[in-house]
Amino acid sequence: MSTDNTLLSIRDLTLYFNTQKGPVQAVDGVFFDLGYKEAVVILGESGCGKSSLAKALLRLLPRNVSRYDGKVFLEGENIMEMDEEQYRQNVRWVRMSLVPQAAMNSLNPVLKVGEQVAEPMIIHHGVKKEEALNQAAKMFQHVGVPVDFLDRYAFELSGGMRQRVAIAMSLVTAPAVVILDEPTSALDVLTQANIFNVLKRLKKELEVSFVLITHDIATSSELADRVAVMYAGQIVEVSDAHRFFHEPLHPYSRMLMASVPRLRANQEPEYITGQPPSLLNPPTGCRFAARCPKRFAKCSEEPPVVNVDGIQVKCWLYSN
Amino acid sequence: MTDTNREVLLSIDDLHVWFELRRFGFGHAGYVKAVDGVTFNLHYGETIAIVGESGCGKTSLMKTILGLNTPTRGKIMFEDKNVGELTGEALRDYRSKIGYVQQDPFGALAPFMNVQRILEEPLVINGIKDPAERERRVRKVMEEVKLTPADDFLHKFPHMLSGGQQQRIVIARAIILEPKLVVADEPVSMLDASVRVEILKLLRGLQEKYRLAVIYITHDLSTVRYFSERVFVMYAGNVVEKAPVTSLVHTPRHPYTVALMDATSDPDADNALRYRELPGGEPPSLVNPPSGCRFHPRCPKRIENLCEVEEPQEFQVDEHLVACWLYK
Repeated sequence: MSTDNTLLSIRDLTLYFNTQKGPVQAVDGVFFDLGYKEAVVILGESGCGKSSLAKALLRLLPRNVSRYDGKVFLEGENIMEMDEEQYRQNVRWVRMSLVPQAAMNSLNPVLKVGEQVAEPMIIHHGVKKEEALNQAAKMFQHVGVPVDFLDRYAFELSGGMRQRVAIAMSLVTAPAVVILDEPTSALDVLTQANIFNVLKRLKKELEVSFVLITHDIATSSELADRVAVMYAGQIVEVSDAHRFFHEPLHPYSRMLMASVPRLRANQEPEYITGQPPSLLNPPTGCRFAARCPKRFAKCSEEPPVVNVDGIQVKCWLYSN
Repeated sequence: MTDTNREVLLSIDDLHVWFELRRFGFGHAGYVKAVDGVTFNLHYGETIAIVGESGCGKTSLMKTILGLNTPTRGKIMFEDKNVGELTGEALRDYRSKIGYVQQDPFGALAPFMNVQRILEEPLVINGIKDPAERERRVRKVMEEVKLTPADDFLHKFPHMLSGGQQQRIVIARAIILEPKLVVADEPVSMLDASVRVEILKLLRGLQEKYRLAVIYITHDLSTVRYFSERVFVMYAGNVVEKAPVTSLVHTPRHPYTVALMDATSDPDADNALRYRELPGGEPPSLVNPPSGCRFHPRCPKRIENLCEVEEPQEFQVDEHLVACWLYK
């Protein structure tokens, strides 16, 4: 599956948390590939483990982790084998960075935003403060924030501007991969569309790839080259964006797509009955089986990942 | 679609809701003009949507309708009673005729009350003293919102329910007094895509069954189409366009409505291939809104020497009422 064009390749990534009730299988055997200057969308509903996936990729782990393994190849190198110090020096915020969920509220209120954007440069590349601030100013131009905002504090900026600052902060060290965790969920429609314009431009102008984590199917299509659908901790479909938005294969993807209200087409949205399973004790076999209109006897066994003309689907329907 | 034969339930006339700003706690420092001259009628059994971005005044408008804010100027008539003048018993009676569905279901439900107590509360407040009668009505309303069997839920606390179930409880509480009007403030914005549709369909089902009038407040144009008859678009404290929903989504007239539509995505891979054309800037401060048309600093179709000077009147274009000089 991996070709020379693969920047990030994830295989069997697994992250379980210990709780009083037992292990929570938040991320369970996740796989996908990401090419250079590409964007992959991780699509899933709340509680499917998509934010845990971001944490697993950047090793920002809480203390109650009970299992953390798998392979993550970044430019051919398995970063899961690195020790913490190597990882900190070579990966986190150097080659892979994050725009956290509700990023606009994650800025430090007592530091000027320019200093915050410059900080990763000082820490990771050891450059002088003036030089780092220059770099920050360049990043501000890329994301469309006026350069004189460098001296402002977070509270002086609107939500959209703060979000842009958080994006600038993730880009300042010129990482190869930026993970965006729900980058626009708290923003207004117009601001959201503006941020996506910025991201599209950045993808064209800079050597950067995006992992966009979101539950919003409609806006995810603004950036997607590829789509990976996550359900109950697992990836159920990885597809090319054009084929996915035209006709997804996995029954869950199909139903998810049918639940999107459309502005420009008069198509009554349909909902999925039932609820996703608990990740404490997920059912054996296909995790979507209980809600699936197409389930049959086979579904009580763990479905294989089937390759259908380049689309990977974890479903018995496509296996013969 | 604007059925003139239907009787008016709620009539809002030139409503202004201003909040005074004070300097050092007592000196006057201006007003936040949250709602600035809004006029409309709502008929029995009609659903309308109020669409706008955060800070456009839609929540202030709703709170004023609920009697939580006092109008600065203008009046709200509900079944021929002036809401601004109601006090005591009359105000309580008015409030029992409007249901309120909050945005964040978890925040709207008291964490220390179980479902039964939450649903009984409005009945207790409105003087239904017979516990058997209360229980009967609680069970009936649970059936209405499809939380069955009721016994599985009555003794649960809000944190034991999923987001969708919590929102059903909020809806059940809003309709238990059999109101004539339900005000739903972003009822699905905190929910997942698939649950969102389920809750909206539930609300629509109840609306049709009981001929409820519904005011649906949202920032999401794509859900409006499946849920309301008429849409009011708000910008910076004003209603800029009023139109029947299908006509609005096919031919938006006001430049701001056009911008909102352009910014709304449908799932389509081609979206990634093009930039969206959007007005720059941000919504204005409501303390000192721009002169003339409030959208003029961001408007691509601004007419010099007119839009920044004079406030636009409402013009009739087909079935739309548009507050824009383009349609003079």
